[in-house]
Amino acid sequence: MTVTVVQFGGSNCDRDAVGALSHLGIDAERVWHEDGLPEDTTGIVLPGGFSYGDYLRAGAMAARSPVMAEVRAAAEDGVPVLGVCNGAQIGCETGLTDGAFTTNASARFQCENAYLRVENADTPWTRAYDEGDVLSVPIAHGEGRFEIGEERYERLDSEGRVLFRYCDADGNVTDDANPNGSRGNVAGVLGERDTVAVLMPHPERATLPDLGSTDGQGVLRGFEAVSNA
Amino acid sequence: MSLADSDHDLIRAELGRDPTPEEAALFENLWSEHCAYRSSRPLLGAFDSEGEHVVVGPGDDAAVVSLPGSDDHWITLGIESHNHPSYVDPFDGAATGVGGIVRDTLSMGAYPIALTDSLYFGGFDREHTRYLLEGVVEGISHYGNCIGVPTVGGSVAFHEGYEGNPLVNVACVGLLPSDRLVTAVAQEPGNKLVLVGNATGRDGLGGASFASEDLAEDAETEDRPAVQVGDPYAEKRLIECNEALLDEDLLLSARDLGAAGLGGASSELVAKGDLGARIDLDRVHQREPNMSPLEILLAESQERMCYEVAPEDVERVRELAARFDLGCSVIGEVTDGNYVCTFPGEDGDDNLERETVVDVPAELLADGAPTNDLDSGDPVQPERDLPDADLGEAFEAVVASPSTASKRWVYRQYDHEVGLRTAVEPGDDAAVMAIRETETGDGNGVGLALSAGAVPNWTACAPYEGARAVALENATNLAAVGATPLAAVDCLNGGNPEKPAVYGGFKGIVDGLADMCRDLSVPVVGGNVSLYNDSVAGPIPPTPTLAMVGTREGYSAPGSALSGEGTLLLVGDAGGALGGSEYLATTGGSDRFPALPETPTPTLRAIADVADAEGTLAVHDVSDGGLAVALAEMVTDDAGLSAAVDDALALFDETPGRAVVETTDPESVTERFDGVADVVELGSADGSGRLELTVGDESLEYGVAEIRELRDVLAQGLD
Repeated sequence: MTVTVVQFGGSNCDRDAVGALSHLGIDAERVWHEDGLPEDTTGIVLPGGFSYGDYLRAGAMAARSPVMAEVRAAAEDGVPVLGVCNGAQIGCETGLTDGAFTTNASARFQCENAYLRVENADTPWTRAYDEGDVLSVPIAHGEGRFEIGEERYERLDSEGRVLFRYCDADGNVTDDANPNGSRGNVAGVLGERDTVAVLMPHPERATLPDLGSTDGQGVLRGFEAVSNA
Repeated sequence: MSLADSDHDLIRAELGRDPTPEEAALFENLWSEHCAYRSSRPLLGAFDSEGEHVVVGPGDDAAVVSLPGSDDHWITLGIESHNHPSYVDPFDGAATGVGGIVRDTLSMGAYPIALTDSLYFGGFDREHTRYLLEGVVEGISHYGNCIGVPTVGGSVAFHEGYEGNPLVNVACVGLLPSDRLVTAVAQEPGNKLVLVGNATGRDGLGGASFASEDLAEDAETEDRPAVQVGDPYAEKRLIECNEALLDEDLLLSARDLGAAGLGGASSELVAKGDLGARIDLDRVHQREPNMSPLEILLAESQERMCYEVAPEDVERVRELAARFDLGCSVIGEVTDGNYVCTFPGEDGDDNLERETVVDVPAELLADGAPTNDLDSGDPVQPERDLPDADLGEAFEAVVASPSTASKRWVYRQYDHEVGLRTAVEPGDDAAVMAIRETETGDGNGVGLALSAGAVPNWTACAPYEGARAVALENATNLAAVGATPLAAVDCLNGGNPEKPAVYGGFKGIVDGLADMCRDLSVPVVGGNVSLYNDSVAGPIPPTPTLAMVGTREGYSAPGSALSGEGTLLLVGDAGGALGGSEYLATTGGSDRFPALPETPTPTLRAIADVADAEGTLAVHDVSDGGLAVALAEMVTDDAGLSAAVDDALALFDETPGRAVVETTDPESVTERFDGVADVVELGSADGSGRLELTVGDESLEYGVAEIRELRDVLAQGLD
């Protein structure tokens, strides 16, 4: 099995995603977006970065690129797709997941540690955790505030498609623990299928033991969970 | 600004004719202070730039240094200033500074892995300062984050001398497998010169000469056209394209386009190979219609590289540039004659009608500028006149001074983690980057430690001694994370050198840095000079930004946060004076600069050893703000300390080369420093989250929340 990490012109966490997956023994390769998805793709990472420079809305241009049509088709076939940071923005812009990630409440870029509470442990991406677990995973974004209409938010919530919420070190979901003003402190959500997930925090930055937290490993192991299912 | 009469006469004599307008403009830019170091070159011989690990020293786009502990990986080091542009247009000025130093890294064949930014502004209480700070930080954040190079360190200082002239000094470290080295030395006549990257427009015309004058009162409006606008998305594709070109071994030599644009890069490239070039300027891919040859030559449009490519490889270079959606033009070739530029004559683009607009020896452009012999006045150290200040008020003023306060507001806006190498993050004494490529089967990889900065109060008080202290302070930061210094690059900023007092101060910082780096056995492998940082508000303090790297085995360091369980020791010799201190800056008064240790290396080695010792729980160097700030910074929610010192002098003395160590094994530490430097037991750490200080017969006490409130002054003033 080989996980494809899609590299757009402005991707910058593509090497990191490959590095972190490889550390976990998951075979992964960077694929230039214009080359299209390889046939043997068993999983897809939309990595962080600034895809097309993001001079328009973050992810808006990438969502309209040919490779994303292939990613959508693969997702519909059950190929697991994980969008991280800019990949999450692209995922929303593409309609793989509901809602949108927009400018932080601070109106500034924020690179810092965040605590995430696991809201649904019954997904490939969270099987390694228990519901209510608190993970320490860094964020690094200027447009990470999750926004969605009230009704659709209720639906996401009731269908268990909220994957992670920002919380404090003890797992309390509070305004103070919300780094970017996201609705409902939402940090990551599932698509229509639970094999599709997007999140703003960077699990690949919380994987290698020599960088501190390894709490993000379980998210990346979602690719194993799906292929073994 | 136009070519000086004496330069014009010299060029006329060399060429045997009057220079063409294009030639005159090239000379004006390439012979400017910014490019030719005319006032500083006579001083720069003070630096030792050679050493066991130096592969490429000063003079190329970036220096190359081998890594102890690795046979096949080198690093590149470069630093540059973007001072004038950052005043005129803080966002774009600072952003393009990042872009430039990253391309200097690419052109050596390296991949950029870390940036540091040292920023200097006028008083933080002024609204204009905060506007500049916000713009500069946002510009660095925008550009650096987008291109995926982590900004892992640097410094931010405030001093009234930067009121009309802030400084932005950006350093970049690259990683270079040793078989990929490319230099800016042109190889062989007949090879093609290929321009890859953004299209050329009329932006940044005359930036090099603009950077070589004092800033006028109306600079913010008048000079805006001389500031370039960056496109980090193009830079990111250029980084990836450069990698792809290196993967296929297609680059024979390379130079990035910076000051003086294409004219600068291409002439320097061939001059270094003792060769010439023929360039057809109209072949340059352009963004605007009807550009004149002079504009094409000198525009400082960003995100462009000039490559020397073998004729048979040109097509492949074109293909790879197209893959990354970058423009590519074959603009001419390397020759063994003069540096020649042509342009279609008035009759159109028929080759027979081409006009030669430049025809000069490349080395005359690159190296022909005469140096300036300037007068210098000797700086005088202040006398001791210490204030009788209230201890508590002084402590709070020093801890809450914007220069010593928390810089989290700044580095939180920088992506400092992208690349998965940042093992020790900003906010600690030095960043440590994991060079995983050097890992062996059973052993640790090389941890690359970085520290960058200068303390303007120090060099304003005593240029020579202050600059020595800056070098020692950066080396101490490295020692605090267990690293041994390897090499450094400097960015020397000064005012108008034609003023003898300014030139004397500048000479002081050059000699001071050079002498201390020599004492520390740290080769200074490259650098940048920025003069004429003079505005209506006066000259800046002479500012010797140093970016120093060191190495250690493995990536982990104890960090500066207390554990709450050990004894607190102060190691290293205090200089016993307060000149240049934040204490005097806030309370008034004057003093000489503290005496520095004669032989600092044994102390630094001992600090590095202690940082790696088993019983060591925390290490934090003592520098600006003295012990007062160092101790305040170590307190956390869960850990506090109680400590005692003799007097205010001991609390606020800023002598570098010292560190606070929290240890469970104070005897071993004391033993390690026996015969090396002083060890003073300050007190002990505890689980209180409080700072309790006894100073003579007075005492101070602060909780972590109060300390955080004091230290958070930047965020309070900006959010």
